[in-house]
Amino acid sequence: MQQSVLFNAILLLAAALIFVPLAKRLYLGSILGYLVAGVAIGPYGIGLIGKEGPVLMHFAELGIVLMLFLIGLELEPTGLRRLRTFIFSAGLFQYIATAAAVGLFFLLAGFSWPASTAIGLAISMSSTALVLQMMKEKGLTRLQAGEAALAVLLTQDIAVIPVLALLPLLAMRTLEQGNWFISTLPGWLQTMVIFGAIGLVWLSGRYVLVPFLRFIARSNLRELLTAAALFIVLSTAFFMSELGISPALGTFLAGVVLAGSEFRHQLESDIEPFKGILVGLFFISVGAGIDFSRLALLPWKIGATFLIVVVIKGLILYTTGYVARLTKEERIIFTVSLSQVGEFSFLLFTFMDRLSLISSPWTDTFIFITAVSMMLTPLLMLVVERFVLPTFLSVEGEGKKSDVVYQSNPVVIAGFGPFGSIVGRFLRANGVEATILDNNPDRVALLRKMGFKAYFGDATRLEVLKSAGIEEAKILVAAIGEWAINADLIEKAKKAFPHLVILARVAHPVQAYELMAQGEEHIYRETLDTSVRMGVDCLVKLGYRRYSAYRAGQKFLKYDEEALKVLFRTREDEEAHILTAREMIEIQEKLLMRDRLYNPSLYDHAWDSTVRGRDE
Amino acid sequence: MNRILIVFAHPRYEQSRMNRALLTAAASLEGVSVSDIYEEYADFNVDVEREKERLINHDIIVWQFPLYLYAPPALLKHWFELVMEFGWAYGKKGDKLRGKKAFSCVTTGGSSLSFSPSGHHRFSLREYLRPLEQIAYLCGIEYLPPFTVYGSYQLTDEELKRASAQYVEIMQVFRLGVPEKEIMMFPSLNDWLESRGASNATIRSV
Repeated sequence: MQQSVLFNAILLLAAALIFVPLAKRLYLGSILGYLVAGVAIGPYGIGLIGKEGPVLMHFAELGIVLMLFLIGLELEPTGLRRLRTFIFSAGLFQYIATAAAVGLFFLLAGFSWPASTAIGLAISMSSTALVLQMMKEKGLTRLQAGEAALAVLLTQDIAVIPVLALLPLLAMRTLEQGNWFISTLPGWLQTMVIFGAIGLVWLSGRYVLVPFLRFIARSNLRELLTAAALFIVLSTAFFMSELGISPALGTFLAGVVLAGSEFRHQLESDIEPFKGILVGLFFISVGAGIDFSRLALLPWKIGATFLIVVVIKGLILYTTGYVARLTKEERIIFTVSLSQVGEFSFLLFTFMDRLSLISSPWTDTFIFITAVSMMLTPLLMLVVERFVLPTFLSVEGEGKKSDVVYQSNPVVIAGFGPFGSIVGRFLRANGVEATILDNNPDRVALLRKMGFKAYFGDATRLEVLKSAGIEEAKILVAAIGEWAINADLIEKAKKAFPHLVILARVAHPVQAYELMAQGEEHIYRETLDTSVRMGVDCLVKLGYRRYSAYRAGQKFLKYDEEALKVLFRTREDEEAHILTAREMIEIQEKLLMRDRLYNPSLYDHAWDSTVRGRDE
Repeated sequence: MNRILIVFAHPRYEQSRMNRALLTAAASLEGVSVSDIYEEYADFNVDVEREKERLINHDIIVWQFPLYLYAPPALLKHWFELVMEFGWAYGKKGDKLRGKKAFSCVTTGGSSLSFSPSGHHRFSLREYLRPLEQIAYLCGIEYLPPFTVYGSYQLTDEELKRASAQYVEIMQVFRLGVPEKEIMMFPSLNDWLESRGASNATIRSV
């Protein structure tokens, strides 16, 4: 089949569009969706792409290269400083202990000591891309376990640099295959070259890239900065691959250098839109690259190696949990989330192969193990989420089986973030107890310690709502920050429990409009009151009397709520539907038009005897 | 049939015994509507247009409130300031309330004796209500004597019932027509009811 760039792009996007929503629907997370999509279109699925499709591999390589640049950017000095205790304790412990244990195992299994060491160093890596994405999707980043995991990942990311440089020293033979510049050199010189290249990237980052970016930034053209970011990434990758060193390492370094500069956020947000899709691409190519024929050849050997590797990693991670002083349930999250072998291992194994540290069949085996372990992590995490977490949490509480136990409070608050927590605290200050549902175990544990009736659980699941006593409650405060989840909750709760008064948090008028279309009445725009208060203070700072400004604010609030209602009542399309961008703009426009017709202002007729009657 | 509007102002209604009894008794009557301003305008953001419309749609206005430090609660004063607008309620072209009738229904903690020249509060309740009387005069509203319930803290259940019944009786009579000439001779509606009761000898129960 003739495979053009376009055709490959279409194929990849189609696979992602089919499998990722499916995986999400099944609560499996996007990563598993991408991986399965990769398997499906790969040589062992319907075989649309495979080893004969080098274009795809180029795509995926670009994905890895950009992703590692972003991982590098994440390594900003302040973050590292914040996590330094974790990095020096948990991070170093995990990396060294895992490398030693895995290395020892392979030494005993008959590998040479340099090979065992190299394998140990590679297997110890977890997948930064996978873990970060997964934790973000599941809202675990703020947990203590999330912080510890981040520290471990950062340590591993940093470790890649010296490890890549040291591999040629470990190799019995130097790089011989290929016609890279570096392969003509003896081992010690190769190491020197790698260190030299790293140093060069570092120095040029400091003294060339940052001034260059400043120059570009002065032109005030945003797209130029994006172009500059891509240029930096690609040229570094090119430079490194010309030398025969991993291009991903190069861009990772470039990211690290720029992390400390003032352009970090700018670059991050410039590449961010591509990031998700490139990470997805990366996982698709991982899925497509899983060589199932290898498993068929030596199923027991590979199966056993896989199990032993994952068990060793897991045991040491669990021990690391003690080093990081995590609680029991957090140790489990921590262990499971980091249990896979990561994307850096792909680089390390291919590099080791080129150095002839390990034989090609073993390289393929390890790559297979890495890919499969990545695939398993989201599944294991699912098990943890469903069964392990709730039972562990309930040990601290009063329940036995499920975390959520029967509680009949008049109010149920779903989501106890910055918004819901204020509602909850206010109610409590006035003697009203609320049952709180949140999906952050740390927060739940803290709230319980403070005497709140807080439960860990997914509020969009009806069983969870029921066991939180929603059937006896009068009011549901839907205060989940993620709009899609909150809307889902509102829709389900309204359908299943019609007696319930639902107070809904929304971010902006368009969301309010959507809820109105569903017949919701109690809609609270999270920024409305605060912005009006700010506006009132603006007037005050300009010299207006505070009471007049305050009254104007109160009038405006009322007017604004009413304006949206009027707009809703007079809408042309009565069907409830997801608003298009054009319709959103129209809503905004109509609101502004109304402002022009009737502007609630300071100057009404109150306390004013100078007006000569009102003209009609 | 006259339509009656009770403009009710009570900042701590949930703890009030007297006003609750009076208001529940009166509000259930036909032709009587209530504007519970501390409930509707808790933020003091009185909807002026709405209140004006209510006033226009009724013939008799009752300002019902507990007396706090010799004056109506702040929000009722605020309500007057906002709703009794110059050019609408009074002043040039301000004739929208002309010809309506109004009275106050006031509860006090002190006894009726304490509201006398020799008493603790030195002036009569009628004196303290002069501003309301003058607002009514300014707007061309006929100001009737107040209905008063003194010593609301010491009231027995029996007295409470009686006061509610009297309030209801006032409403029922006023619905049909206000006997102004007869009423104006009395310092309060309570006194008028007493004299009426003497001739009628019946007190309607709630």
